[in-house]
Parts: sequence; C-alpha cells; structure tokens
Amino acid sequence: MKPPAFDYIAADNLEGALSALSAAGGDGKVLAGGQSLMPMLNFRLARPSVLIDINRVPGLAYVEATGSTVKVGALTRHHALEMSPVIKTHLPVVAAAMQHVAHLAIRNRGTIGGSLSHADPAAELPMLTLLLDARIGIHSPRGRRITDAGDFFVTSLVTSLEEDEIVTDIEFPKPARESGWAFEEVARRAGDFALAAVGVTIDARDRKCEQARIGLMGVGETPVRAHEAEALLRGQRLSDTLLDEAVASIRSAIEPNTDLHASSDYRRHLAGVLAKKAIRDAWRRADGDRQ
Amino acid sequence: MIAHKTIRMTVNGTTYERSVEPRLLLSDFLRHEFGLTGTHVGCEHGICGACTIVVNGDSVRSCLMLAVQADGAAVETVEGLGTLQKLNPVQAAFQDQHALQCGFCTPGMLMTITDLIKKYPLASDAEIREGLSGNLCRCTGYEHIVKAVRALVRQPGSAP
Ligand SMILES: Cc1cc2nc3c(=O)[nH]c(=O)nc-3n(C[C@H](O)[C@H](O)[C@H](O)COP(=O)(O)OP(=O)(O)OC[C@H]3O[C@@H](n4cnc5c(N)ncnc54)[C@H](O)[C@@H]3O)c2cc1C
Ligand code: FES
Ligand code: FES
Repeated sequence: MKPPAFDYIAADNLEGALSALSAAGGDGKVLAGGQSLMPMLNFRLARPSVLIDINRVPGLAYVEATGSTVKVGALTRHHALEMSPVIKTHLPVVAAAMQHVAHLAIRNRGTIGGSLSHADPAAELPMLTLLLDARIGIHSPRGRRITDAGDFFVTSLVTSLEEDEIVTDIEFPKPARESGWAFEEVARRAGDFALAAVGVTIDARDRKCEQARIGLMGVGETPVRAHEAEALLRGQRLSDTLLDEAVASIRSAIEPNTDLHASSDYRRHLAGVLAKKAIRDAWRRADGDRQ
Repeated sequence: MIAHKTIRMTVNGTTYERSVEPRLLLSDFLRHEFGLTGTHVGCEHGICGACTIVVNGDSVRSCLMLAVQADGAAVETVEGLGTLQKLNPVQAAFQDQHALQCGFCTPGMLMTITDLIKKYPLASDAEIREGLSGNLCRCTGYEHIVKAVRALVRQPGSAP
C-alpha cells in the first residue's frame, strides 16, 4: 500500500529536529533509517501528520572507543556497526549479532537509534544494550537525560521515550579484554527476525565464573536478562549439572508468545538449547580459548 | 493540502529537478516520473527485495525510502547497468548461468549483487546464499543465481 499524507521536515541539526518534534505535539514521528517506520506507514499502521527526518543531522553517526566505554551515535547504520573495527575489538558479541540483522540493503539504512526506539522484542540491538548494561542518551527540549537499557524497554514496541524525545547516543561499558562471549540465534531464514536468540558474556578467574550476563530475545514482550541463571553461575566452575540448572532456570523464567512462526513451548525449548550452547562457548572463550 | 517539495536527483547519470508530494515512495517516483519500470514493486514493506536500487553507492529498498529523502542523491537503477548490446558483468553472468526465469526478481537481484560484491568476499556458497537471502525469487531459481554470483567473484577484475 501507499503511505497516508504527511508533511516532511528534513532537520539539519538536532535543535531543529527537537523543536519540529515538539511543535508536532505528539503527532510527529522521527524518521531515521525508515526500515521499520516506512513499512508501518505503507501499511497505514502509523498516521503521523509530520515526519522529522534526522538523516541530515550531523554528528549523530559514529563509533568511538573511550577509556572504559564504546560510544555509538544513534544514526549509526547497522552495516557500519557490523564492519566497525572498534566493535570487533571491544564488543565482539555485538559484531557477531549484527550478522543476524536483516539483509545488506536494510542494514545500509537501518540505525541503532531506530532499532532501540522501535523496540521489537525479537530485535538484536535492544537485547545487546540490555545484555551489556548500555546507557541510552536522550535529548528533548528540556535537555539531556541518560537511561539504563533496563529502564528503556517497556513492552513490545513501547519504550520509555516521551513524544518529544530523540535518542542521540548509546554508551556500552567495555567488557574486560579476556571476557568470554557468545551469541546464538535461530530464525526461519537468514536475516529474518529471530524465533529466539541468546547473548552471553562471562568473566572468569581461576576457571571460576566471576560474572555472567545472559540476555534473551524473541521470548517475551521485551528483551530479558536471565538474572537468576546469572546468579547460579557466579562463583562456580562449569559442569554439566550447573549448565542444566542454568538452562532450567532460564526456561522457567521466560514467557514466550505463540505466533504464526512458532509456539510458546517451542520457543522455550529453543531458548534453553541456545543458552546451553552460548554459555558453554562463552565460558570456553573466557578460559583463554580466543577462537 | 500538503505542500510539494522541490528535489534534485541524479538518476543513472542524468540530473533532474522535480516537485513531489512528501509521501511519494522513491520506487513510485522512479517508475511513474521517469518510466523506469525496471525497479519492480512486490511487497512495499521491505521483504521481497524486488525494488532494490543503489543510492549514493549503497543498495537500498526503494519502497522504504521517500523520493524527498533522495534530494541531492545519486540514484542507480537496473536500467543504468548496461545495454542490450553491452551487458555489464553482473548481467552477463546472469545470462551465462541462466539465472533468471520470469525476470520479476531480477532487477532487485542485480542491484543487490552489485553492492554485495563490493562489500563482502563471498568466498563460500553459504556467504553468497546469505547475501541473497533478502531477495525472493518466486520462480525459485536460486541455484542458478548462486552460480552466477560464484562465477562473478571467481573471475578477477570482473567487478563493475
Ligand atoms: C525485511 C526486514 C527485515 C528486518 N530484520 C531485522 C532483524 O532481523 N533484526 C532487527 O533487529 N531488525 C530487523 N529489521 C528492522 C531494522 O533493523 C530497522 O532498521 C530498525 O528496526 C529501525 O531502525 P530505523 O533506523 O530504520 O528506524 P525508523 O524505521 O526510521 O524508525 C523506527 C521507529 O523509531 C523512531 N525513531 C527512529 N530513530 C529515533 C531516534 N533517534 N530517537 C527517537 N525515536 C526514533 C521512529 O519515529 C519510529 O517510530 C528488519 C527490517 C526489514 C524491513
Ligand atoms: S517492494 Fe520493496 S522490498 Fe518488496
Ligand atoms: S525469476 Fe521469476 S521471480 Fe525470480
């Protein structure tokens, strides 16, 4: 179908975008990569009176390593993240996950800020921000605020963003260099949204887990952290019994949906299988196997 | 009434100025304004890949971009690749390997591959298949399309 009629403003700086958005009084939509918004407009699931295009706003697309973090501008395209040497070095779990995001033509346009704001529960970037305890920088006419990824995702396609706010930057704490990681996903076809996926990072010392992070997507209304399973692993050595306990804890903590593509039971089963593999691989890498 | 916007765009090497409604999709602009009907429209939500074109050097879905957004851009469509007398290397590989049947998906495939071979080594069939996974061929002639890409990347100096 074709989109409904709307007005269009190409903002050339952040102030311009913010004032156009607040002037629209809740009836405006930010247009970033358009890879989620344009389908919604074409289906007429969204009917904003004005689109505020931020693609020409300078200074919003970058990937930068600081001492303890990696900062990413909201307008950074998925393909740039996928290729970034900074991401490969410091956030290898993100580099691995980006291979699963859509297809090249969509990665060429889609942005991290758009992906977080759209908040699809089966999308990679929202889960990665939650997994890595990223902080999301937001601007509005009232100034700047920073929120934890954990407070940002409210439910499927809903975030804590106010209608006059724009996501401008995302800050990922750098995991320790020797931290192990893994990302496992199952989708119907390469590039489709995940049926379920799991990201894991593990810091180990003397073969014991010091800290584990386990994030899941596609298994509920938002991406989730498996806090209980993380606590089970902390301070322990890896064993088959421990792995089985962690998997059982993950399976009982999630409440996946049934849809056209998979049943709730299948997704719960799949999440456990993927988590088992990801925890094992992350642990192996944390133990010094850098492959 | 929403005011039209004036845009300038280079399409296959020629620069045009036009006045457009903001909601006009880039796919429809190319097809209706210039008669460039090689850009096919299958789904209008990014799934099928038939409408893939190249904007400022990157492959994009023209059904997910507004014509106004391409103000100042250099746009390449399938019509710009080669001529009947002189096919470009991607088109020639498709011909050699019989990589099309009805031809509906072909323009999107050609434009996708134009970008893929610039950005990825495509060293294995798995990588080629993954690269093509965003383009649907309902004649399901995928095997020959994979063969065409394989022939293209194994032929040094063939990149257009
Ligand atoms: C065929 C297809 C397959 C896909 N597969 C995947 C996949 O496997 N995994 C995946 O994660 N994604 C997938 N996507 C979605 C893609 O990643 C989108 O790029 C992403 O969801 C939205 O980013 P965008 O920049 O395109 O945002 P837009 O579409 O421009 O915007 C999306 C929403 O966010 C708002 N918004 C955008 N930027 C900001 C900002 N900076 N501040 C505040 N609000 C903002 C918009 O107003 C809109 O409501 C797919 C898309 C398609 C079409
Ligand atoms: S028409 Fe654009 S992807 Fe199908
Ligand atoms: S050749 Fe017919 S759809 Fe691909």
